[in-house]
Amino acid sequence: MKAFTQLNGVVCPLDRANVDTDAIIPKQFLKSIKRSGFGPNLFDEWRYLDHGEPGMDNSTRPVNPEFVLNFPRYAGAQVLLARDNFGCGSSREHAPWAIDDYGFRVVIAPSFADIFFNNCYKNGLLPIVLPADVVERLFKECEVQEGYRLNVDLEKQQVTTPSGEVFSFDVTAHRKHCLLNGLDEIGLTLAHADEIRAFEARHREAKPWLFV
Amino acid sequence: MAAQTLYDKLWHSHVVSEEADGTCLLYIDRHLVHEVTSPQAFEGLKLAGRKLWRAHSVVSTPDHNTPTDHWDEGIKDPISRQQVETLDANIREFGALVYYPFKDKHQGILHVVGPESGATLPGMTVVCGDSHTSTHGAFGALAHGIGTSEVEHVLATQCLVAKKSKAMLVRVDGQLGRGVTAKDVALAIIGRIGTAGGTGYAIEFGGSAIRGLSMEGRMTLCNMAIEAGARAGMVAVDQTTIDYVKGRPFAPNAEQWDAAVANWRTLVSDDGAVFDAVVELKAEDIEPQVTWGTSPEQVLSVNGRVPDPAAESDAVKKGSYERALQYMGLSANTPITEIPVDKVFIGSCTNSRIEDLRAAASVVKGKKKADSVKLVMIVPGSGLVKAQAEAEGLDKVFLDAGFEWREPGCSMCLAMNADRLEPGERCASTSNRNFEGRQGQGGRTHLVSPEMAAAAAIAGHFVDVRTFA
Repeated sequence: MKAFTQLNGVVCPLDRANVDTDAIIPKQFLKSIKRSGFGPNLFDEWRYLDHGEPGMDNSTRPVNPEFVLNFPRYAGAQVLLARDNFGCGSSREHAPWAIDDYGFRVVIAPSFADIFFNNCYKNGLLPIVLPADVVERLFKECEVQEGYRLNVDLEKQQVTTPSGEVFSFDVTAHRKHCLLNGLDEIGLTLAHADEIRAFEARHREAKPWLFV
Repeated sequence: MAAQTLYDKLWHSHVVSEEADGTCLLYIDRHLVHEVTSPQAFEGLKLAGRKLWRAHSVVSTPDHNTPTDHWDEGIKDPISRQQVETLDANIREFGALVYYPFKDKHQGILHVVGPESGATLPGMTVVCGDSHTSTHGAFGALAHGIGTSEVEHVLATQCLVAKKSKAMLVRVDGQLGRGVTAKDVALAIIGRIGTAGGTGYAIEFGGSAIRGLSMEGRMTLCNMAIEAGARAGMVAVDQTTIDYVKGRPFAPNAEQWDAAVANWRTLVSDDGAVFDAVVELKAEDIEPQVTWGTSPEQVLSVNGRVPDPAAESDAVKKGSYERALQYMGLSANTPITEIPVDKVFIGSCTNSRIEDLRAAASVVKGKKKADSVKLVMIVPGSGLVKAQAEAEGLDKVFLDAGFEWREPGCSMCLAMNADRLEPGERCASTSNRNFEGRQGQGGRTHLVSPEMAAAAAIAGHFVDVRTFA
């Protein structure tokens, strides 16, 4: 997994609550057996005016000029600013893959759906929960100030606005460590292989019917 | 020892190790694997030269991409076919307890196949790269959806890296009225607490109305826990649970049965166990539910009217109401019973079990589909459900009414195969999500119970199934 340490990036505001993973990456793109290449189809149904299918040349498709991702001022954005319950619905990891593949490294929202939130950390993508009133202010600042950027520092667990305001965010020690160092979590867990084997032996002894 | 919740018991009995920040390695008993969220996980294993930790924990079948008609022609969409063939090849290479390939008589939706084969047992931890894994919590199991990286992690280590959630009790006491189902209970709960109401929680459903539900009903309820934001939903073990499990192919054998049952009977929340949140509903207050918008929380009783965004003071909520009404092609204050439907879908991991099909058939028997309804699809949850329904003659009831009787699979719940809505089409659906585009780009989904879907197919619009004759 790629590491995340610090970032100073343009912010793209997506002003909708309950953005679900079907909207983030529609089902027809889930037929891919690869992990990459989902970026051009991020928010496909909102972003383009036609119906998208795998294998299309996305560069020639008609774009929806009213969708925020297509505003020239947000080109190259690396921070996605969102509303409550972002990433609800299906467990598809294709959602963080698409967000990452598009170029975002951070998503900020007042709340996230659990599975999506967890999936982000497995892919070097940092989801940040900030209080609703703070997110509301960021939306307003982002709207009035073209080229609005935020500085995100994972080590310090801080988001800093252009005017120097600082907001702290929570992250568990385990996730922070993995993300800062870009660690392979399977390798980390396999370092506990003896403990897993010992647990498994006790579990099998106590509940043999679980091991048919 | 302090009184424990069911969730406490399931969690603590599976912790392998714990870090200072509470992050645990949680042992996984059952891993359900399907074609959509596993190819990248198997590829990761291959690249790292890793094997499965315990292949016998894996139960697998393709379900999302498989067609529901013309099985003799195979899977026509080449990329769907490639995904299913990739699963075939991965299971061949890595192994599994059991694999039901496309067209096998047991094949179907994993969340139907697991329980009916006895591969889901009380006290288990169950994961799957699918958010509706919460379904299996109906057995007094800790079951939830995971992402593909976690699929790979569980395949390689048999463990999940996880932190304990908070515990919520949703208690529904009383007697459900005639024509009011587990689906209506689920939607009423989501209407009450919202689609983020359960975020960060594992929900236990309790109370006399829940105790009175069949296993099929409990599965429907736990299935929808994720639509309330909770990764896991669960129901305590009782005689209904034990009776359902007995005799199924992967259930404990005669030698182990008594010990297993004795253990399962402890899988209840202790008296005095403390929950972080408690929500209470009265069964008698729950009426048949219909969603009107593009989120499962946008739901009303069938006798309600589409809400007016102008009456909503919260700006974000008002905006979502306006967007939902525009997408759904509905006007404020329209009575739900005046909304016509173009298509009806009865199926999905929420409502495709034998009891669901029986309930739908009981409404349909001797009646015909309304001429204005273009298509009514009945998609059984598995090959075994299909065979059972046919043995009971349910297929005839549906076919006589002008409905289509299909092969099992996820089908139009998420429209990854050819079953989908066209732009603007309106569907009464027994599935679990009414998101924009979920059943096909521009498609308009109203979530209902099987009885309500069947009644809408006959009437051509939503009707209160309690007064529908």
